[in-house]
Amino acid sequence: MLPASAKAPHKQSRKQSISIGRGTRKRDEDSGTEVGEGTDEWAQSKATVRPPDQLELTDAELKEEFTRILTANNPHAPQNIIRYSFKEGTYKPIGFVNQLAVHYTQVGNLIPKDSDEGRRQHYRDELVAVSYQGSQESAKVISETENLEEDEEPKELETESGSQTDVPAAGAAEKVTEEELMTPKQPKERKLTNQFNFSERASQTFNNPLRDRECQMEPPPRTNFSATANQWEIYDAYVEELEKQEKTKEKEKAKTPVAKKSGKMAMRKLTSMESQTDDIIKVSQAAKIVERMVNQNTYDDVAQDFKYYEDAADEYRDQVGTLLPLWKFQNDKAKRLSVTALCWNPKYRDLFAVGHGSYDFMKQSRGMLLLYSMKNPSFPEYMFSSDSGIMCLDIHVDHPYLVAVGHYDGNVAIYNLKKPHSQPSFRSSAKSGKHSDPVWQVKWQKDDMDQNLNFFSVSSDGRIVSWTLVKSELVHVDVIKLKVEGSTTEVPEGLQLHTVGCGTAFDFHKEIDYMFLVGTEEGKIYKCSKSYSSQFLDTYDAHNMAVDAVSWNPYHTKVFMSCSSDWTVKIWDHTIKTPMFIYDLNSAVGDVAWAPYSSTVFAAVTTDGKAHVFDLAINKYEAICNQPVAAKKKNKITHVQFNPIHPIIIVGDDRGHIICLKLSPNLRKMPKEKKGQEVQKGPAVEIAKLDKLLNLVREVKIKT
Amino acid sequence: QAEVEETLKRIQSHKGVIGTMVVNAEGIPIRTTLDNSTTVQYAGLLHHLTMKAKSTVRDIDPQNDLTFLRIRSKKHEIMVAPDKEYLLIVIQNPCE
Repeated sequence: MLPASAKAPHKQSRKQSISIGRGTRKRDEDSGTEVGEGTDEWAQSKATVRPPDQLELTDAELKEEFTRILTANNPHAPQNIIRYSFKEGTYKPIGFVNQLAVHYTQVGNLIPKDSDEGRRQHYRDELVAVSYQGSQESAKVISETENLEEDEEPKELETESGSQTDVPAAGAAEKVTEEELMTPKQPKERKLTNQFNFSERASQTFNNPLRDRECQMEPPPRTNFSATANQWEIYDAYVEELEKQEKTKEKEKAKTPVAKKSGKMAMRKLTSMESQTDDIIKVSQAAKIVERMVNQNTYDDVAQDFKYYEDAADEYRDQVGTLLPLWKFQNDKAKRLSVTALCWNPKYRDLFAVGHGSYDFMKQSRGMLLLYSMKNPSFPEYMFSSDSGIMCLDIHVDHPYLVAVGHYDGNVAIYNLKKPHSQPSFRSSAKSGKHSDPVWQVKWQKDDMDQNLNFFSVSSDGRIVSWTLVKSELVHVDVIKLKVEGSTTEVPEGLQLHTVGCGTAFDFHKEIDYMFLVGTEEGKIYKCSKSYSSQFLDTYDAHNMAVDAVSWNPYHTKVFMSCSSDWTVKIWDHTIKTPMFIYDLNSAVGDVAWAPYSSTVFAAVTTDGKAHVFDLAINKYEAICNQPVAAKKKNKITHVQFNPIHPIIIVGDDRGHIICLKLSPNLRKMPKEKKGQEVQKGPAVEIAKLDKLLNLVREVKIKT
Repeated sequence: QAEVEETLKRIQSHKGVIGTMVVNAEGIPIRTTLDNSTTVQYAGLLHHLTMKAKSTVRDIDPQNDLTFLRIRSKKHEIMVAPDKEYLLIVIQNPCE
């Protein structure tokens, strides 16, 4: 215990004062007189100077003695090191903590003499030393002294010198003098070998000279490709794929290799043909469309009229209507042929067929079948020519591409519009039972039980023939032979000769399939049935001259109409022998037709170029429209047809012109809606309408 | 083939038609009734327009396709009927 330490704070002050004093003295010695004056003052006042931040303690505290124990413990060493003991599985304090404090370390390069490295070095040195024994004696002495002086010399030198002294010093002093310079260097030149005995070896091989070798080819041909990938292009690609797949399927089904070969040949021919013809054919579709567009432009006003024009004047015209001329169809090739037949296509409502021929017995020439579309008034869509005049035609309802035609020479033919050759697909001939007189009317019937197409024809030779298309051959069956009643002449032997009647027109009942009417040249109308070939169901004494047309009412099942060259149009109820209505038109009537939209409207055309439209519901006695429609006054109108859906009629004349007319609203009147009552539409209403009229007439008749 | 030729002739001789031309898929005129420079100009311009119109129609509904294109201007009407590989252009003066 050192008492000095107890009085540390006090001593501090003293030390400070002393140091201050010393410092001043030094200054005094160093500096000039000015400071010296100050030091005198300082030196005089040896009183203790308290630093301002010194602790202020009481006397008792000042006297307090603090005990300090000096130990050999490392004050920095931790006193409680805890280690986890795996043996016991707990944390345990280590009993003994290392108190060693290392203040300074330096790695030295002294090697103990007895170690391996020491011995090795010693051995090497010996070898070196042996070679320079003799010359080194004096140098040794010098070296010895040098060694002794230099404390840093390795000990081995000492040992060396020690060992060397033992060796007989039979060295020449001369050598020593000569090699004085060398020898001191030699021991110093000893290699410093490394501890790891590491040595490096390297070798370099000969680098081969490099040489470039090149080869150049022609660059592959390049083209630029650009395409757009739109939704529709992708769609197109898919569609093509589908088609290809379907084609391959069909080809597989086609089987026989012979067929395939022929197919391939045909394909090759086709491709070569196509490439030759410069593909102008492909424009055909576009050309057609453009032609129609051009026509539409030219006849724009007509097209507008057709669609939208309603004659406003009809409101002021009491129940009288007009016909507005629209388009005119004519073709140079059919210029001098009269229109002998008109028929609308049941599927394409703007397409109609016109048959051209001649009614003149003396002047018989060729015939033509033209099909016009309202979209293109300047040129027909289809054109067929034949040797003999066409007298009648009919388009099949289910197959709108089949047109049945009757010729002046008694032949019938079927034209297929899908194959636009000029020749008919099927034709009757003298062998196959053609008529011997002109065929006046043909009409398609429903397919027979074998799904064969069949149609009927009526001719002046008195036969009504049913033609069936069996395996691309026309087979005929005589249905009825018309006989003139009451003209049986008795010949001896009891045979009865019948004069053959000449049929000029017929019409099939809309609902009762087997029943049909035939008009004859004598003016009689026979009601016949397909099943009875010899007997007529009924006979009507219709006209004084040949019956030109008969037509069943499209709505009313009992009513039919007939017209004749005797200037009259008559409307009948087939149960009553006398006509319901008779109209005298002052001129031979060429054709009559019922309107498809009303049971009481019909149109008649006369040879004086007039068209008459009647509506029985409005005016029972007179036509509500009486209008000259012929292109030129001289022309006689031969046929008329109503369009099934549009309010237009087509009228054909004997110069080959067809005129399309629009019916004014008055002509198309529908029953007026009474306020509050619903308008009933449909055939029932039409039938009822007509019935009412008929009943009126019948009552009158019964009364009379 | 003759039918198409006839149809084109008829169109050309129709009332008010100024000119007709047939252009192939790349916009190169194949057949024309107008002079060369006008033809080339019409062909190039209308080809682009038709492609654009066709693309528009088909983008809206890929199952649909352009049937024809009509441009009515003050002086005349240009009618374009696109086909699979060809374009038929007719310029008409709709007489009014």
